[in-house]
Amino acid sequence: MLNTTRTTFKLRNVEFRNRVFVASGTFGYGDEVRNIFPYEKLGGIITKSLSLKPRAGNPPPRIVETSSGVLNSIGLANIGVEAFIHAKLPVLRTLNTSIITNIAASSVDEYCAVLERLESVNGVHAYEINVSCPNVKEGGLNFGTSATMVATITKELRRRTEKPLIVKLTPNVTHIADIARAAAHEGADAVSLINTLIGMAIDVHTRRAKLSTVTGGVSGPAIKPIALAKVFEVSKAVSIPVFGIGGIATVHDALEFLLAGASAIQVGTMNFVDPLIAVRIADGIDEYCRINNIEDVGMLVGSVNANLSNSILQTWL
Amino acid sequence: MLSTTAHIIGKNKISETLYILMLECPAITRSAKAGQFVMIRVNSHSIEPLLRRPFSISWIDGDYFEILLQVVGGGTRKLSEKDIGDEVEVLGPLGNSFRIDNTFETAILVAGGVGVAPFPILTKELRERGKEVQTFIGARTKSQLYTQHLVNCSVSTDDGTEGFHGTVVDNVRAYLENTEMQKLKLFACGPTPMLKALGVLVHHKKLNCEVSLETEMACGFGICQGCVVQLKDSNKGYALACKDGPNFFIDEIVL
Ligand SMILES: Cc1cc2nc3c(=O)[nH]c(=O)nc-3n(C[C@H](O)[C@H](O)[C@H](O)COP(=O)(O)OP(=O)(O)OC[C@H]3O[C@@H](n4cnc5c(N)ncnc54)[C@H](O)[C@@H]3O)c2cc1C
Ligand SMILES: Cc1cc2nc3c(=O)[nH]c(=O)nc-3n(C[C@H](O)[C@H](O)[C@H](O)COP(=O)(O)O)c2cc1C
Ligand code: FES
Repeated sequence: MLNTTRTTFKLRNVEFRNRVFVASGTFGYGDEVRNIFPYEKLGGIITKSLSLKPRAGNPPPRIVETSSGVLNSIGLANIGVEAFIHAKLPVLRTLNTSIITNIAASSVDEYCAVLERLESVNGVHAYEINVSCPNVKEGGLNFGTSATMVATITKELRRRTEKPLIVKLTPNVTHIADIARAAAHEGADAVSLINTLIGMAIDVHTRRAKLSTVTGGVSGPAIKPIALAKVFEVSKAVSIPVFGIGGIATVHDALEFLLAGASAIQVGTMNFVDPLIAVRIADGIDEYCRINNIEDVGMLVGSVNANLSNSILQTWL
Repeated sequence: MLSTTAHIIGKNKISETLYILMLECPAITRSAKAGQFVMIRVNSHSIEPLLRRPFSISWIDGDYFEILLQVVGGGTRKLSEKDIGDEVEVLGPLGNSFRIDNTFETAILVAGGVGVAPFPILTKELRERGKEVQTFIGARTKSQLYTQHLVNCSVSTDDGTEGFHGTVVDNVRAYLENTEMQKLKLFACGPTPMLKALGVLVHHKKLNCEVSLETEMACGFGICQGCVVQLKDSNKGYALACKDGPNFFIDEIVL
């Protein structure tokens, strides 16, 4: 058994302590669990999506439980970039972990404005760009469903920062690899996937949709096999690192994502159930590597023994 | 907030769907106050149900606390099937506490159904602070009534099997009509229609009233943004039931 395994993971000039992160919107702004969370055991925190102005989000009910999962329509409720900088960032700077701010916007200009504002302050290590947002100019069409729009956003943001830029992809598309390639081509340092899948739930007694917005996004263990296949597919299509997200609840789940091709993973919905789960998963990955004499967690990445037939690969690439 | 485990050291069946569970958990009993709640993982080794369930801290005695458990669905059923000696994962204490200050001398507690849950510990704290306590409890039927640790109880049942035949709010209204109202504060917990009816009454009588909400929650500690409550002041938008609440002044929220 090895004594130590290398756990670190690098994007551009930033070295993350390990490959386990907490996903946007599932860990607040990172400071809510301050008195119980050992931040130094995490690769980093991805904040709730930030927009230029504060957003109240959708009316309740906006979160309901579904089979082994959660359906939400929070609607990107957030305090806005200014309040984040003044009320949250000073606390986050003291937390001894990397801070990745997630950005959401309804126009390319707004994405740029939020990023530029964050560039002007200390304490942000990297950006994750949530492209699962309605594009107001294009009549509400989701940015993330168009390779052209994702390319434009990535290109504009790339010009404005030297920090790692991670583009977060929506699974609600026909060919996710096309979108990933567009982001990679315009200089994204990584892609993260998946965001939530569109879903719905109905109360049979009242015959009403359970969410005020009727449909919402599904997350949690229910979506894990879908997420895993998307991560596998995208990791074959691009050469930049992939953050695997979707239903990770155990150490084994996290290992599956690494084996499928994710360079790092994000824990989402399960933080609601167990606020310390990401730390347990990080510890579990270390232990797995020690027991199996793996010197560097990175050696696991993409090492799944899967013989895909050429015909399947062709349809993806 | 602490993330810990608790042993079930006692269980009482009050009716087919109502139980008391006693949970040994010094880490929580040391700091919990009336009005706060815990999130309990009803099934640690399974993802069905996935989310924890919120329960009011009903009573504290030394190292253990009690919850009053009403079975309404899968999660509460699983919890009701636990036995003495079993262990459950608990997060808590969560949320704000009831505000007990010098603005009132008499507290009127108004409970509908399992909404009575936070009132035993509230009664204890009120009496320690020298307040008079008057309690109104409503339930569908006699077997669903719970009055342990409560004082000066007036009960009502929807079906008339015990006490006043009618709603708890009607019972409170009748009481207020015949009382010299001075330095009163109401504390209420129960189904939304009951709170709405009470809201009309206290608005009419210009009474101070704090309500404990049972908004559905995913996390219980402020990270999911799911449990929003609409504030009357539209500039302030939404509050989080789990963090800013569950206890709100009735005139600051839209029920
Ligand atoms: C702060 C707070 C304190 C609470 N305290 C207590 C308590 O002390 N004792 C107690 O028995 N219950 C309490 N509840 C309600 C309890 O949490 C729910 O009844 C429970 O989560 C339902 O879980 P289930 O899996 O059994 O039902 P589900 O299968 O999830 O739902 C069954 C039915 O119950 C309804 N329901 C689900 N959650 C709630 C809820 N939060 N409020 C009202 N109806 C709901 C659903 O709409 C559905 O119709 C409290 C809730 C909150 C938010
Ligand atoms: C309540 C909730 C809020 C979320 N908010 C955001 C958000 O603001 N920005 C974002 O990029 N993703 C958001 N997500 C998506 C998650 O980051 C993650 O991609 C998704 O939930 C899948 O992972 P999981 O199954 O581990 O939760 C949210 C998810 C949930 C459940
Ligand atoms: S229940 Fe998650 S924020 Fe309140």
